[in-house]
Amino acid sequence: MKPAPFKYYAPTTVEEALAHLAEYGYDAKVLAGGQSLIPMLNFRLAQPAVLVDLNNISALFYIGPDEDSGLRLGAMTRQRQVEYDPLVAERAPLIHEVMPQIAYPQIRSRGTFGGSLAHADPSAELVAVSIALNGRLRLRSRAGERWVPADEFFVGLFTTVLEPDELLVEVALPAMPPRSGWSFLQITRRHHDFCMAGVAVLVTLDNRDQCEQARLVFLSVGDGPVNARQAAEMLLGQTPTPEAIRAAAEKAASDEIDPGSDIHASAEYRRHLAKVLARRALTQAFDRARGG
Amino acid sequence: MSDQFTVTVTVNGTQYERTVEPRLLLSDFLRHDLGLTGTHVGCEHGVCGACTIVFDGEPVRSCLMFAVQADGHQILTVEGLGTPENLHPLQEAFWEAHGVQCGFCTPGFLMSLVPFLEGNPYPTEEEIREAISGNLCRCTGYQHIVEAVQLAAVKMRT
Repeated sequence: MKPAPFKYYAPTTVEEALAHLAEYGYDAKVLAGGQSLIPMLNFRLAQPAVLVDLNNISALFYIGPDEDSGLRLGAMTRQRQVEYDPLVAERAPLIHEVMPQIAYPQIRSRGTFGGSLAHADPSAELVAVSIALNGRLRLRSRAGERWVPADEFFVGLFTTVLEPDELLVEVALPAMPPRSGWSFLQITRRHHDFCMAGVAVLVTLDNRDQCEQARLVFLSVGDGPVNARQAAEMLLGQTPTPEAIRAAAEKAASDEIDPGSDIHASAEYRRHLAKVLARRALTQAFDRARGG
Repeated sequence: MSDQFTVTVTVNGTQYERTVEPRLLLSDFLRHDLGLTGTHVGCEHGVCGACTIVFDGEPVRSCLMFAVQADGHQILTVEGLGTPENLHPLQEAFWEAHGVQCGFCTPGFLMSLVPFLEGNPYPTEEEIREAISGNLCRCTGYQHIVEAVQLAAVKMRT
């Protein structure tokens, strides 16, 4: 129950951190908030030779406006800061609504926005939400930088496209188009536990009240987040009637997700939850889109 | 043996300087290196909340931080709250409302609640239950703890 020895670096600039990652490659792990990594170190499920701690890089802690009413967040921005930030509440109400549901207050004091994404837990709220919001992630290495859409960042269980010498430094979230609605619903055995199933939804209506855009991203029902594209496709150009919503929710739950069974819930039960949550979340999101 | 680092940290108003291995958890540093055993260690993976301390004004799990990360920071532990002769109002309320049974989880509850009550002097029951959602108590069933917090809020307002 104590971490194995490791070499420790606490750089104060991104450039220094990138130099350490370039030197140590797969032997190094990046330490952000540590609320997932340190339990793994304590259990010795992870025994990296080197830890590169980002907590002293002040340039990675910020929330700021992006052009066209979007948002930019430094990867190390604490979840607690995101939870209480007025600009986030105004420009990304879906994130504002989700933040208090993440783990516990003590975890959010330390946990970071970027750390949650880079850890890529399939039950992480921010993973699903960043895809639903069409977020983009800025990855840097000594060789340069690249922007990756959140939808392409996650490749499986605790796995992302990050190369061993790359660092997630920033997240850009575009503003929701006018006449958009959102919802985030999850079901847990106990409040704040990892959910048995959850879904993040973003929809946009055109001026005839037909669905112009829909995104439906599930958590805890696959090896990674599940972006239910076929269900979203079924809604495009349609008037979002209860029947259309029900059909899309059924499509997603029967054909697009791949839940597993564990002590908390069977795959079959997770599929049932996903269907019900998708229906409720789409209904709420379309209601909100009509209202605003 | 990995490298050693010097850590200078202020705990309950006293500045300490120690040399530590980077893998030393902050919870173990407080208990073993500083002898402040009021901070309890339960699960060591961030579930039970027994090791909660106030770090730069915010509640954190001391088992999910390394001592080396506390260099230059301010910590408040249960030893900094009150003394047996002069309890903090929150401690008084836990005593009076029977919020303590075996007491193992109590320091973690107190340290989660101090910043909460400072930021929210008129909490609802729902807000109290949210604030303690990251702390496990296997004795009380939480009802007496919630009542203790309600009592503490009154005491701390006056």
